[in-house]
Amino acid sequence: MSNISGKYAIVGVAETKVGKRPDASTHSLHLECIKACLDDAGIKASDVDGFITNQPLNDAHRSYAVRMANMARMQPNYATDLALGGATPIAMVQNAVMAIEAGMANTVLCVHARKRGTPDPSPGNPIRHGDEHWEEPWGHFSAVANHAFAAQRHMYEFGTSSEDLAHVAVATRKHACLNNNATMRKPMTIADHQASRFICEPLRLFDCALESDGGGAVIVTSAERARDFPKRPVAILGMGQHHPHFSLMDAPSLTTLGGKKSSELAYKMAGLVPKDMDFAEIYDCFTITTMITLEDYGFCKKGEGKDFVKNGRIEIGGELPVNTHGGLLSQAHIEGMLHVTEAVRQLRGNEVEPERQVKTAKAGIVSGHGGSLCMHASLILGAL
Amino acid sequence: MSDTSDNRGRPVRKVRPFLEELEAKPFWANLREHKLTAQRCNACGKYFTYPPQGSCPYCLSPDFTWVDLSGKGKVYSFVTYHRAWHPAYQDKVPYNVSLVDLAEGPRLISNVVNCPPDQVKIGMNVEVVYEDNEEFTLPKFKPA
Repeated sequence: MSNISGKYAIVGVAETKVGKRPDASTHSLHLECIKACLDDAGIKASDVDGFITNQPLNDAHRSYAVRMANMARMQPNYATDLALGGATPIAMVQNAVMAIEAGMANTVLCVHARKRGTPDPSPGNPIRHGDEHWEEPWGHFSAVANHAFAAQRHMYEFGTSSEDLAHVAVATRKHACLNNNATMRKPMTIADHQASRFICEPLRLFDCALESDGGGAVIVTSAERARDFPKRPVAILGMGQHHPHFSLMDAPSLTTLGGKKSSELAYKMAGLVPKDMDFAEIYDCFTITTMITLEDYGFCKKGEGKDFVKNGRIEIGGELPVNTHGGLLSQAHIEGMLHVTEAVRQLRGNEVEPERQVKTAKAGIVSGHGGSLCMHASLILGAL
Repeated sequence: MSDTSDNRGRPVRKVRPFLEELEAKPFWANLREHKLTAQRCNACGKYFTYPPQGSCPYCLSPDFTWVDLSGKGKVYSFVTYHRAWHPAYQDKVPYNVSLVDLAEGPRLISNVVNCPPDQVKIGMNVEVVYEDNEEFTLPKFKPA
């Protein structure tokens, strides 16, 4: 097996205005992303020969990718829609690389948009998440509760507290305050977090991601072709996935997740180690997810996340800036697509607001996490 | 939120197990007789996990037997819902949901009852109680 590290690059990137978008539908948000991403890369829809989408949560139907391709009059030679929850955006980039490496496509557009902040004016059938009938009769419904189980275990095993988790929310909010396209731009204190109500104890309101409308997109091609595009290309250095269970009833652990193995695979492909990362865009559906993933990714030892996230270490200017855009917690929840676009824009070096630009950003890692803490994908990107 | 729509105004499903599901039908039928059961592999001897499935998750043998469990277990983790996601639970908050590791190995998502939510602890010993309604019986757990 050949190592494809550095052979492929991201040459186009786009994000829509996020937050509440009553003007938009799931479909229209996808089209908005497609247009903006093609413009960013300086190409036409007819130049795209590979196309990847997610499976929209509130509009499950037969191949969403082919439907959206058709709406933009693309006739791709490779198309698929993926359903790995919050691991989907990274998996899209990985699938794009695989399609190009396999000779099936040259220019792959990956789009992920979501309509969860306001009601979808054209709703379809919501997608199932799988084991509802083994959960709902006991009153178990939500992603919050799945992650609250993990937080409870982390507190039991390592002495982590709700106040420790607050540091993740506060640092993330600081970054959102510097991002013109973030939903929550009012500064948050530890006390604000501690005063927020329990949603599913031990997780509070400010431990939880937003529900948002919006989307993002990237275009993947070979590093060789990347030089012909107008913007500075960003290299794909490492990729990994790991999916250790499906239901919490089968989870081997709630405090070490798929991210451990997934990141090890990505570091190995990239030939890099955690200390080579200049920043990290870590999936933050809940504060506990960020803390566990920082541990699983080797930035600190297991159980030491509670200390790692303090004293400005994960803030811009700190040792490892995390979620420099404001994350799902404070920018918008597009299932991690904006973690990918943010990493690309950080590595381009001249696109984000100067106050939140990571100085000399050469390499960064992005995590995606989905389902009942069961799905994970990792991506290491580098400046070209 | 009403009985038929959720907090986003979408229609809600009735909260009910799939009693007729092929693999799970014996589980629900046994509960009706107040027996908590699990599948046990006749090839490798291991207990299946839940939800029930057509062959052993460890060796893929389709040869298994439904066996009675002791009904004893320990709380692996727990949460307290302070918000209802479904109208049927609106009057029940705050309520407990726990991951219960049964003595024989399989884990269930269930509730610890007969105990205030703030008194539940990780590692707490619990035992099964059966909650009957007109259509089905749910296994729940009380402090042992």
